[in-house]
Order: sequence, then C-alpha cells, then structure tokens
Amino acid sequence: MKISEIKEILDAEVIFGQEFLNRETTSAFGSDMMSDVLAFAREKSVLLTGLVNPQAIRTALMLDMPCVVFVRAKKLTDEVVALAKESGIAVLSTKFRMFETCGKLYAKGLKGSGEVND
Amino acid sequence: MTETVKFHFTVDGENFTMAGQASVAVKKNLRQLGISPEIIRRVSIAMYEGEINMVIHAGGGEADVFVYENMIEIVLTDNGPGIANVELAMQEGFSTAPDQIRSLGFGAGMGLPNMKKHTDFMGIDTKLGKGTKITMRVNF
Repeated sequence: MKISEIKEILDAEVIFGQEFLNRETTSAFGSDMMSDVLAFAREKSVLLTGLVNPQAIRTALMLDMPCVVFVRAKKLTDEVVALAKESGIAVLSTKFRMFETCGKLYAKGLKGSGEVND
Repeated sequence: MTETVKFHFTVDGENFTMAGQASVAVKKNLRQLGISPEIIRRVSIAMYEGEINMVIHAGGGEADVFVYENMIEIVLTDNGPGIANVELAMQEGFSTAPDQIRSLGFGAGMGLPNMKKHTDFMGIDTKLGKGTKITMRVNF
C-alpha cells in the first residue's frame, strides 16, 4: 500500500515527506513500545505509534521503515520533525486512536508485520 | 576494501532523547561504504539496542565499530553496574529498566535477545560494579 493511500484512509496530515507519498509499504506495525518494534517489525513496514519522542523516528530509521504515523493527533516537537527530515522518513498525523487506525488500514488490505514473509 | 575502517563514539548517558545518535551515524557511514542494506539493517538494530541499553543502565559508554572485509564488529564498553545474571538477562521479557524508561518506549526486555538474533556472534563480558563489554559480529 502506498503512503498516499494510508494518508487518505486515515484522513491524515502530512507533517513531512510530501515527496515520499508514492513509496510502497508492505505491512504495518502498531506499538508505543519501541523495544517491541525493534524485535518484531519488518522492513518497509509503516510504524503506527503514539510515542512522540525522537526514538520513534530513530527506531523507524534503524529498521528501514519508510513512514511513521502518529496516532491520537499527537503534537510533534520541532526536534522530532527535524530528525524525520534528516532521516528521509515520511511523517503523518491522524486524529484516530491506535485501534481505529489499525482497523481502518487492515480493513483496506494492509497486512501486519507478522503476516508477511521475509 | 583491504583496510579496516573504524568508527568511535562516546555515548552520552545523561540525555535519553539523544540516545541512538551513534547508531544513526554508523548507519549513514555504512551506507556510504556501500555495505548491503540487509547487513546494515542487522548492524543498526543490534547497535541501537545496545546503545539504548548503555544509556538506560550504565550512564553511557564507548561504542567502537570495525568494518573488516567480510565482517562488521561492534564493541560497546561501559563502566556501569554490570549484569548480575546474564542467563536471566538473555530471556525475552526480563527487564530491570525503571518504569520511567518504559514510558519512553523501551524496557520490554527484548534488547539482549534481539541483539543476539540479529548478529552472528555476541559475547558479553561483565563484572558487577565494574562494567560490561559487549562484542557483536555480523558476517557477510
């Protein structure tokens, strides 16, 4: 699923990465616990999280995740946005809560990180 | 590449929001060296977990990365409290991280097992009250 489709489905605001909206994601992983993201998420997955600190972006960068969606309309600090720019990671913000965000994407066919093969 | 390339970083233990900067820098450097994305990904995950651990548990430390012809070696050295029971620390879900760290997204007890999973070798040299040295290698 392209990042642009995720944006549409979640009625999300593009905080950074308008030029990356054509990128493909293969699955999604939703968590506020970066330890679990590092242990379980796949590359090219989109990260869905409510954790708004720089570690969310660094974790996505380490795992080669192309996009981070911040749920619950969290406000981002300039530091987080600057890090996303530096890292070339698209950042979206949606008003939906985590469960709603996951459900909407899953219903439209985006798979979970545990459901795609290596 | 015949000569070994080395990177050295001092990991600041005071500021958690900065934690991971050394791993970000290593990722960029390895990309410039033309290392394959899958190898870089494994090195990145293992080093980032280790760097975060040094900040959480040991007040920071030193990180050295050596790029050899067929292998990347990551050496993380700290003067922290040491690991009391390495076998227990290697179990998934075991964590001694404070609650405040969990609110920052870490401390699920997945760090050490995840470091082992993404590397071909991991050695833990630890002494209580003295510190810990972790050596990890990724072959290619």
